[in-house]
Amino acid sequence: MDVMNFYTDPAVIRSSVEKVKNAARDFRNQHQRVPVIMEVCGSHTMAFARSGIKTALKDDVNLIAGPGCPVCVTDQKAIDAMIGLAGKQDTILCTFGDMMRVPGSRRSLVDARTEGKDVRVVYSPVDSVTIAERNPEKEVVFLGIGFETTIPLLAMAVRKAERLNLKNYSVWMTTKLVEPVLRTLLDSGEAEVDGFLLPGHVSVVSGEKSYRFLTAEYGLPGVITGFEPVQLLSGTYKLVRMLREGKHAVVNDYRSVVGQSGNQIAQSLMTTYFTFSDEEWRGMGAIPASGLVLKEAYAAFDAKRRFNVTVPPQRKTACRCGEIIKGRIAPEDCALFGKGCTPVNPVGPCMVSTEGTCAAHYQYMREE
Amino acid sequence: MCIGVPAEVMEISGEEARVNVMGAGMTAGIVFVPEVKVGDFVLLHAGQAMAVIDRTYAEESIAEWRRVLDGRDEFLY
Ligand code: SF4
Ligand code: SF4
Repeated sequence: MDVMNFYTDPAVIRSSVEKVKNAARDFRNQHQRVPVIMEVCGSHTMAFARSGIKTALKDDVNLIAGPGCPVCVTDQKAIDAMIGLAGKQDTILCTFGDMMRVPGSRRSLVDARTEGKDVRVVYSPVDSVTIAERNPEKEVVFLGIGFETTIPLLAMAVRKAERLNLKNYSVWMTTKLVEPVLRTLLDSGEAEVDGFLLPGHVSVVSGEKSYRFLTAEYGLPGVITGFEPVQLLSGTYKLVRMLREGKHAVVNDYRSVVGQSGNQIAQSLMTTYFTFSDEEWRGMGAIPASGLVLKEAYAAFDAKRRFNVTVPPQRKTACRCGEIIKGRIAPEDCALFGKGCTPVNPVGPCMVSTEGTCAAHYQYMREE
Repeated sequence: MCIGVPAEVMEISGEEARVNVMGAGMTAGIVFVPEVKVGDFVLLHAGQAMAVIDRTYAEESIAEWRRVLDGRDEFLY
């Protein structure tokens, strides 16, 4: 059987679900409660919901979503600043499609575009450099969001702009790193988690090694896993087994893609261009050294230094995304879920992002 | 947003390659995977190949998981 067919084979999925349930029941007999597993990455959250695995496991494993979707954790102020920038004359604002509908304090980038601002969706940050090259009379700004998966691509874009000696290109950096947010969650004592399913694609860059602190300092296990149904189940099974046996290791269950030390070239590009910064996380506040910004030497490509953007005061909504990304509540616990807040009319980013927890629950887990 | 897609490398020229993503041809950067060869599979993310996907490892993990499902091998780590 081909690799892809195996990962999605219904018979294999069914017996895998049984395996996980059995292991989880052993855990429950030992501890009189179900194991709590946080999937750090929003793509895992979505894949669990879409494949029906989350529903299939709901009585035996408590799967909670974590802070791993860059769209969901982007602070409102960043969106407001972007809308402000898009309003400047002769500016082209480029962004990933996912960011278009994220609500700022009052409006989203889609609204800004509807009002005639030049906001463009690009597939790759490098494409925004090409736009700058073709429009020398305009300022081109890329909204640089992302985790470790995407940050090296921002470095690539700056590297290209540098090589082309562009004077009209800059990046508005608002990036996030996985380790500091996990540490913050664990140190706060707010997350009651037995173990982690670790983000497959972030790990491509940061490597298996980057999670050693989980076991060494917090005594918690983790499994790096892929996104196909059988991969999700295999990762969950390995994690539940470790919990059942009281073991805490970091297991790489995605070795065909993720290495021990990650992608060295991506890491060295990141160190060349970026330095640590304190970042605001939506719903969580500022976390020291939890993101990367351009180094002084690349200030010419740093939109925050080039443009003076003031943002209006924040408006409070009843959105509870902050608690969602900390695993404190489920979307159904938010009073707006499915009522004032739907994918068509989202109030918070967790309903906007294709990997958002609220969107996943809305699309795949609602009980009619 | 950070989801990656697998692609097959068809042709390499400098820092770029022609790749095949589920039947569609496109250009992707290969700066992060200098070891890549024509015929390899890579994981693409926003226009760049981020890793060469190792078929052998994938097949081994399937074999391992099959044993687990058959109850023949319970040793995992
Ligand atoms: S894709 Fe990236 S951004 Fe989206 S949830 Fe995963 S790690 Fe995340
Ligand atoms: S349902 Fe909507 S308002 Fe409530 S937490 Fe989710 S995104 Fe925010």
